Amino acid sequence: MKTNIAKKEVFEAPSEDTGKMREIEEQIAQLKSEVEALSADSPENKLSMVVFSGDLDKVLAALIIATGAVAMGMDVVMFFTFWGTPVLRDKRKKVGGKDFMGKMFGSMLPKGTGAVKLSHMNMGGMGTYMMKSLMKKKNVASLEEMLQLAGELGVRIFICEMSMDLMGFKREEMIEYPNLSFCGVAKFLEEAKNSKVQLFI
Amino acid sequence: MSEAMKVDKVMDLKGLPCPMPVVKASKGIKEVEVDQVIEVLTTDPGALVDFPAWAKTSGNEILETVQADGVIKIYIRRKA
Repeated sequence: MKTNIAKKEVFEAPSEDTGKMREIEEQIAQLKSEVEALSADSPENKLSMVVFSGDLDKVLAALIIATGAVAMGMDVVMFFTFWGTPVLRDKRKKVGGKDFMGKMFGSMLPKGTGAVKLSHMNMGGMGTYMMKSLMKKKNVASLEEMLQLAGELGVRIFICEMSMDLMGFKREEMIEYPNLSFCGVAKFLEEAKNSKVQLFI
Repeated sequence: MSEAMKVDKVMDLKGLPCPMPVVKASKGIKEVEVDQVIEVLTTDPGALVDFPAWAKTSGNEILETVQADGVIKIYIRRKA
């Protein structure tokens, strides 16, 4: 008799347990998929930056933040758009085959880092000249040097295809940079969405 | 700085302004082994705030900061 009762208990207990176990297993599976979804969506240790401005001071600030971020161990992506686009033109490169408007914009917009001006106190170029000589005196890196450093540090640069098209720039006239590509807004948003820090300069 | 502390690499970054001290130190520290110590010399006053922030974020350890005659010496142990 005793063994019978014992058997019954043993028999019934697991069926209750398996029910519970199944419940727990289901909860774990649900949690697992939730955690997976969360980690797939969680931002990376990355800085995504829009460089809209083509002003010397603002582009310099953008490059200082970009290189600093690499030092902090971050992955950095810069998107140059609108007035920021001509900053990345190579002054030594000449391309033909532009239409009238393209030629006009090409000659009116700065050609490369050496030609950009201060956002304030430009004073017909005198302010920019003074700032550049001050920067040299105080050992502050120039835009050219900062761009080169950014390239060495692995900062990725994207140039807005629409701005290029609008201003009549051609890919062949942009600077040699180790990690340069062309894109649209979706690429920026994809990167920005997964970045801990996003900036618009 | 205690005399017993062994410095494995000295980086003279005097005269370099922001962001160079932090950028160069982050490059230089990768040239020593984990647990080794680098000594950074800088004249950038911002380094006093910047280096602790950098160390905290990059996972390295600031052992000591000494200021003398306008030069800041920062001793950093590579942890990451």
